[in-house]
Amino acid sequence: MQVILNGQPQRFDTPLNIVQLLEYMALQGKRIAVERNGEIVPRSQFGEQMLADGDRLEIVVAVGGG
Amino acid sequence: MDNLIIAGKTYSSRLLVGTGKYKDFAETRASIDASGAQIITVAIRRTNIGQNPGEPNLLDILPPSQYTLLPNTAGCFTVDDAVRTLRLARELLDGHSLVKLEVLGDPKTLFPNMVETLKAAEILVKENFQVMVYTSDDPILARQLEEIGCVAVMPLASLIGSGMGILNPWNLQIIIDNAKVPVIVDAGVGTASDAAIAMELGCDGVLMNTAIAAAQRPILMASAMRKGVEAGREAYLAGRMAKKLYSASPSSPVTGVISSSSKDQAA
Repeated sequence: MQVILNGQPQRFDTPLNIVQLLEYMALQGKRIAVERNGEIVPRSQFGEQMLADGDRLEIVVAVGGG
Repeated sequence: MDNLIIAGKTYSSRLLVGTGKYKDFAETRASIDASGAQIITVAIRRTNIGQNPGEPNLLDILPPSQYTLLPNTAGCFTVDDAVRTLRLARELLDGHSLVKLEVLGDPKTLFPNMVETLKAAEILVKENFQVMVYTSDDPILARQLEEIGCVAVMPLASLIGSGMGILNPWNLQIIIDNAKVPVIVDAGVGTASDAAIAMELGCDGVLMNTAIAAAQRPILMASAMRKGVEAGREAYLAGRMAKKLYSASPSSPVTGVISSSSKDQAA
């Protein structure tokens, strides 16, 4: 399965949900927000939503800005 | 109390500051504290894949419980990017709906694309965002943004990050005189007198980032900006004297001045 993660192609050999994706990215417990194929994924659904081939994911944080 | 009210929430500080361009989080936090700002802007960016897990997060340094965070759409050049960024921001900040919209039109000047800004504002207002909107200093566009339902209009004083100061006070004055929502001068302030001039015009607040972060001593400049905004606001409320060329009026009594002139009576 290949997804586009923050603009970069990323391959996964096993199925995974968003909780597992965040663990893989070492982002568990961090203040982040997730958009999947243009739609916000509420935190409560992180465990339910399985990634699918071709998904486009954006994972964002707050950073310094004016 | 002379408070700033935005979208029904009351703030005692009229200085709004950004959090970009500081050398580290400690300087960011110290500058913001010195500025007295209660509303602080943050940007929304992709996480770095494989970033250091122990790396501190901006929101650990500036907790949303202590400040009103104002997520922005800096760097967005299309309606779609701006709207998606703020939807992500609302999710990131647990449903917080006060946002700063800016849709840029040109990478060199960072001048706003007002056609796209109007479209994005309409979508966001319909989705119940409370939109503080960065705008050119065109009074008609500012009025249209207000009519769409933006909770504050934020005209530029000069280009973002330029430090050129208040280049068109006349346009700002028209916007201020006509607006029924708060007018926040956003972008272009370079030093404390610029902030004071903006406030003396009667605007409701000033938003800045680079003027503080790019000063030689940012924390001291943050303190200066706080005073500049407060001084300008007080001067506006006090009502300045009329300007009058060539009609000198001394501040001291005109009689009883000692004199050795021959006009004095001899004893």
